[in-house]
Amino acid sequence: MTTQPAKSEAAGGVGRRPAGHRLLWPALILLALLLGNLAFHHDFFSVRVRDGHLYGSLIDILQFGAPLILVALGMTLVIATRGIDLSVGSTVAIAGALACGHISTAARPGSVATMLTAVALALGVALALGLANGFLVSGLGVQPIVATLILMVAGRGVAQLITDGQIITVTSAPYKMIGGGYWLTFPFAVLLAAGLVALTAFVTRRSALGMLIESVGGNPAASRLVGIRAGGLLALVYVVSALCAAVAGLMISSNVSSADGNNAGLWIELDAILAVVVGGTALTGGRFSVGGTVLGALIIQTLSTTVYTLGVPPETSLVFKAFVVIVVCLVQSPVFRAKVLRRRRTTTPRSHTTAGAAPQQQEAGA
Amino acid sequence: MASPSTTPRPTDAGGPRPVLEAQGIRKQFPGVLALDGVALRLFPGEVHALMGENGAGKSTLIKVLTGVHPADGGTLVVDGRPHAFADPLQAQQAGISTVYQEVNLCPNISVAENILIGREPRRFGLIHWSAMRQRAAELLTELDLDLDVTSLLDSHSLAVQQLVAIVRAVDVSAKVLVLDEPTSSLDREEVAQLFTLVRRLRDRGVAILFVTHFIDQVFDLCDRVTVLRNGQLEGEYPIGELTPVTLVQRMIGGELATLDQLSGRSHEGAAVRAAGVPFLRARQLTRTGSIEPYDLDIHAGEVIGLAGLLGSGRTEVARLLFGADGADAGEVSIEGEKVVLRTPRHAIARGIAFCSENRKSEGLVGELTVRENIILALQAARGWTRPLARATQDELARHWIEALDIRPADPEAQVRHLSGGNQQKVLLARWLLTAPRLLILDEPTRGIDIGAKAEIQKLVARLAGEGTSVLFISAELEEVLRLSHRIAVLRDHRMVATLANDDTVTPERLLTTIATGTDS
Ligand SMILES: Nc1ncnc2c1ncn2[C@@H]1O[C@H](COP(=O)(O)OP(=O)(O)OP(=O)(O)O)[C@@H](O)[C@H]1O
Ligand SMILES: [Mg+2]
Repeated sequence: MTTQPAKSEAAGGVGRRPAGHRLLWPALILLALLLGNLAFHHDFFSVRVRDGHLYGSLIDILQFGAPLILVALGMTLVIATRGIDLSVGSTVAIAGALACGHISTAARPGSVATMLTAVALALGVALALGLANGFLVSGLGVQPIVATLILMVAGRGVAQLITDGQIITVTSAPYKMIGGGYWLTFPFAVLLAAGLVALTAFVTRRSALGMLIESVGGNPAASRLVGIRAGGLLALVYVVSALCAAVAGLMISSNVSSADGNNAGLWIELDAILAVVVGGTALTGGRFSVGGTVLGALIIQTLSTTVYTLGVPPETSLVFKAFVVIVVCLVQSPVFRAKVLRRRRTTTPRSHTTAGAAPQQQEAGA
Repeated sequence: MASPSTTPRPTDAGGPRPVLEAQGIRKQFPGVLALDGVALRLFPGEVHALMGENGAGKSTLIKVLTGVHPADGGTLVVDGRPHAFADPLQAQQAGISTVYQEVNLCPNISVAENILIGREPRRFGLIHWSAMRQRAAELLTELDLDLDVTSLLDSHSLAVQQLVAIVRAVDVSAKVLVLDEPTSSLDREEVAQLFTLVRRLRDRGVAILFVTHFIDQVFDLCDRVTVLRNGQLEGEYPIGELTPVTLVQRMIGGELATLDQLSGRSHEGAAVRAAGVPFLRARQLTRTGSIEPYDLDIHAGEVIGLAGLLGSGRTEVARLLFGADGADAGEVSIEGEKVVLRTPRHAIARGIAFCSENRKSEGLVGELTVRENIILALQAARGWTRPLARATQDELARHWIEALDIRPADPEAQVRHLSGGNQQKVLLARWLLTAPRLLILDEPTRGIDIGAKAEIQKLVARLAGEGTSVLFISAELEEVLRLSHRIAVLRDHRMVATLANDDTVTPERLLTTIATGTDS
């Protein structure tokens, strides 16, 4: 009998986590937040169709959360490589400013062609910005936080230069579609974000990209010795991050039909980092979860919405948000959960341990 | 066999009281019952071996006793008082000092800081740096180690890091010293020094728990043995009741069929192989500060052993050939064609594989699964756009898990949850499956149990028989002698001799060459 392994491999093996397990806590937290809202507003879950468009608090959360989901999506890949991208907020502002600037000076601001060139312009510049970040990090070996801090600060200035310090207002129906339009009753921004999330998840998991990114983030030295071309991967994730931020910037400026170099995307990098972490991707790199990030972004967005719906006074709203974030992080921490559980468990068995030990002591000494 | 010692032997009737006594220890990991009712007794002034196959639960037992993992059951009595340590610090404060299997020091601070961190000598509330350096240097001399204590820890080889970890543990005035495979990458010299230190501590009354896969070290040093098998207690024996053969039988629960089936040496046809254009030829290859210019020819199907003391430059020779470090001068040709091996990628593209000695920091990606770690080199060579089909991945993982007997046999387990020896096997599998032309193995059997070690040696011999060239680095001379066709000897960062491994090469002759730098 003893020759047979005592360990049960039937139970699913060591450390194997069911795929959904990692998403369990973020999902529960999101659910709790939504139910909390329901307690205050009984129509919180109701979704109505009006003029062929969906309306409701849940739809609002999705629509206003779409840019954050996108920024957090790019951030997820960057963080998985042990990096961080602080420049996304500035990229959001630059993209909006470029697009609106182009449309406002175009001959036919309302045409589809103008909209397309505006989008292409914003994405092209974002591509260049992402490459610059990638080059600083992988080519020159600058620490990601420093490398992207440069663009975070300088980019905000660039956005203001583009808008001349003003708020550029545009009237373009095709452009309005990106952030404020509807398609098949759904907000177009939500569909766009969902499409990009699905695409990213598909590409990273169906190709070897996801695994190689996790390898580079999980153990850079080993990844080099195994022959992974980390440089290219790093450049790629910063480009993806910048492109995601640019699309988010287009959504934001399109939604309000204007570009504000000062305030567009301000502090969104922090919300995005928070969303990634709440979604279960560690800042130390390695394993990442696109699904977790989406849930994380929705949690952050729901929180912002809750602050309004509860009527929390503006001066305490940030404190309230911070408090909830801390609770969320604690609930997710296995160490914290273990401590709480252990405390509860040890109240009884501690005495048992002591009692059980005494006879053995005698036995050994006898 | 068992070295006679002056310390009183614990007897069941009226002997000294155990300083540490654990009973009925249980530890359940998700899907694995790692420990099932294990008991352990340590008496003051004894060296106690904890033995068992890879994955038997040795490290887990140590971690549970010292508060790294909470136990799921059982009792622990230290010094007559029941304890349940919530973290390793508490264990240390209770007088249990531990060197865990995977060195966990801080790579980017100095050796001195690593040794004394947490108990730095202070003056006026500030760290007294010069006193700290002096104290650290003193402690190192106890192990006859001559290191610059201000140098960064990660500028040293794994073996030195292992010694630093031991020095750090020894400094704490401990009642119990736990050493989990401290000798896995040490040479004879360091092992001897470590043993002297351990005996000194034992004579001072410290209880030492010692884990190793080297059977002879157990008989050399230990007074009693606890054997684990598959997470269960097999038994506790005075060393005098065991022989190497019976000990191994207790560990594996049967006869060891494969041990020493490998004929003394495997150099049939060495002369034939050594003729013609070598697969790899290095001429005056050098890197300033790490290795003096060396020449090396490796023919197809040839096993070249690298021998030398700790820090003699064995690993450095290998790293240049793999492009892990860039060479400053010299040239390399592969099958007669000049090549520049600037990065590992270049070397891999030429069919070279390098299995690093440091599986934790340079080898495995702990968060990835066994399957992902096994296919990583192959996938990296293909690039991210050409993923291996999942069915192929599963097939490869299954094949190598079986071939190397990786336990648990679960391709989706996270590698960091595997036992040390099983992790080492995963690393080997990764490179073996790339079917390299030249396989560089740096301490490939580090931490691997006695049965699996014989398997791996056979595998290396078989690969060479099939035409793969192997560069074999090991601190274990017997292993080098058994497998190599030729042995290159290194001393003080210089390749001082290359010996054809025929019957005239004895361990003694090799040791003399290593020590003097000349072949007598
Ligand atoms: N953190 C963990 N999570 C899940 N399983 C674990 C964990 N740590 C250890 N195990 C499992 O527990 C078992 C015992 O592992 P342990 O590390 O104690 O073995 P060991 O006897 O030290 O082996 P080795 O000689 O290879 O070092 C193994 O099956 C291992 O996979
Ligand atoms: Mg172990």
